[in-house]
Amino acid sequence: MFYRETGQFKQSYAADQAVFPILQDRLGLAAILLVAFVVVPLFGNEFLLASVMVPFLILSLGAIGLNILVGYTGLLSLGSAAFMGVGAYAAYKLSTIFPGVNILVWILCSGFFAAGIGVLFGLPSLRIKGFYLAVATLAAQFFLQWCFVRISWLYNDNPSGAIEVPARTLFGLAITGPSATPVTRYLVVLVIVVVMTLLASNIVHGRIGRTWMAVRDMDIAAQLMGIRLLPAKLLAFAVSSFYCGVSGALMVFLWLGAAEPSAFDIKLSFLLLFMVIIGGLGSMIGSFFGAALIHILPIVIRGLPEALGLPIAAATVEHLTYLIVGALIIFFLIVEPHGLARLWQIAKQKLRVWPFPY
Amino acid sequence: MTATSETLLAVDGVSLSFGGVKAITDVSFDIRKGEIRAIIGPNGAGKTSMLNVVNGFYHPQHGRITYKGKTRPRMRPYQAASQGIARTFQNVALFKGMTTLDNIMVGRTLKMHRGLFWQMLRYGPAMREEIEHRRVVEDIIDFLQIESIRKTPVGKLPYGLQKRVELGRALAMEPELLLLDEPMAGMNIEEKEDMCRYILDLNKHFGTTIALIEHDMGVVMDLSDRVVVLEYGHKIADGTPEVVKADPKVIEAYLGVGH
Repeated sequence: MFYRETGQFKQSYAADQAVFPILQDRLGLAAILLVAFVVVPLFGNEFLLASVMVPFLILSLGAIGLNILVGYTGLLSLGSAAFMGVGAYAAYKLSTIFPGVNILVWILCSGFFAAGIGVLFGLPSLRIKGFYLAVATLAAQFFLQWCFVRISWLYNDNPSGAIEVPARTLFGLAITGPSATPVTRYLVVLVIVVVMTLLASNIVHGRIGRTWMAVRDMDIAAQLMGIRLLPAKLLAFAVSSFYCGVSGALMVFLWLGAAEPSAFDIKLSFLLLFMVIIGGLGSMIGSFFGAALIHILPIVIRGLPEALGLPIAAATVEHLTYLIVGALIIFFLIVEPHGLARLWQIAKQKLRVWPFPY
Repeated sequence: MTATSETLLAVDGVSLSFGGVKAITDVSFDIRKGEIRAIIGPNGAGKTSMLNVVNGFYHPQHGRITYKGKTRPRMRPYQAASQGIARTFQNVALFKGMTTLDNIMVGRTLKMHRGLFWQMLRYGPAMREEIEHRRVVEDIIDFLQIESIRKTPVGKLPYGLQKRVELGRALAMEPELLLLDEPMAGMNIEEKEDMCRYILDLNKHFGTTIALIEHDMGVVMDLSDRVVVLEYGHKIADGTPEVVKADPKVIEAYLGVGH
């Protein structure tokens, strides 16, 4: 009833080409941002901020990165965790070599290292597609993880083989290391994720995004439109890996605090791929939905019995969580194979014509 | 625009084979600036292969192709596109997940130059460029009368409209040479008439040179200035529709020969 675009006439092409052409969408977005920036930090407890929101945002950023590659350009990749690792190790090396420079600069710069490595492993994509490309990117996953274990220079010869985050500040406020409060870490992550999401959304709505989608949908026709496949695919790999890299750096510096090479193993790659597929291929909001389903839902289910006062043993709860989350994933994929983002769109479409069926 | 005597594209002695299979054998013909040139022939005659050669998808083993006075070496499809050759496909090759508007906007890719930085901001020069090209695309949408489906994903459109969107996407490139591979296949009489009208309008008002593959002989004979006939990869006739229609070899190829 309230979600109607009736009467919102576009007077210019600029208004019609906007990313959010409908007023209610803009208001909804503003409300979400208000909650995220004001309500959550004010009223959220430490658990909500540090264990729910920060990981959720960081995983969402990684999912956006992977979605650019898989969802928008149609290149299946299983190397996203390795590219996250490249970002994390690059940020770690840079911040220990140049401790004077602000850590945020290095976190963002680490994306460029990941982008470079991503382009390198994206080169085979001109010749191979689909599952075969996934196997080729698997090479990146195993090779890079091997590097993280074997090249001790990467973790400064630390005997534990892990990278430990040094304490760094921004405007005198600790943002990394043990003394950083969850609120500060949350806000830093939130700002980075919001800005990068906005930029990604702009890219996919413009010429470059259309180029990627053209390559995804029909590469032969795309070539005829004057699109050169290799540069288009490599750009997708670069941007995607940049996002994964920053997400990896954030993961170590603002979420985990320390990381071993096994943090970037193939499980994380699969997890990101699941988020993208369940959330919705080729959808920004789908990346957030996917991350929420994979990360937040289990936490909620785990907390439910206690909240409801049900006497269930902790181990049973753990098993039940796996069962329920698995069943829900299958349920959502059967209801809508195009992901949660498509469900969201259908819901909006229904609201638009309510109370009529179409 | 009536056909001039200036040659836009000349195909000279082109042969193309895939392993032992000869798709095209020593075919030569030319396309004059401003004309509608039909390529006809029975199934498997090598018509689509010929277009693919002109496009740069296939590289012929023998022969030369001269476009706008320049004989070209091996060429890639995107180079053909940047030289002003656009194309539609026999089995619609639209970008299924994108809207009509976005599909046609992709046709403008070569004319848009703002890089990643401005695209990221979607502000200033990038946005101005976007609007400028949106305006051109809207003209094409008006021309093809597909205003009502601009925001519809093309995968959901009926076949006839998809063909029309595909034509629109090719037009967005402002081509000098437009290759149409069976633009009227599977259409009903009304849709065919519409499509014929668009093709004639394009040719008359914008002076676009058109090469067209079509099986509907009525359409071919009415639309085209000259017709080239292929059979089993060989050229068997070339000339005005009247000449081709009367050619015994063409009649034999299409109707078979009495025994």
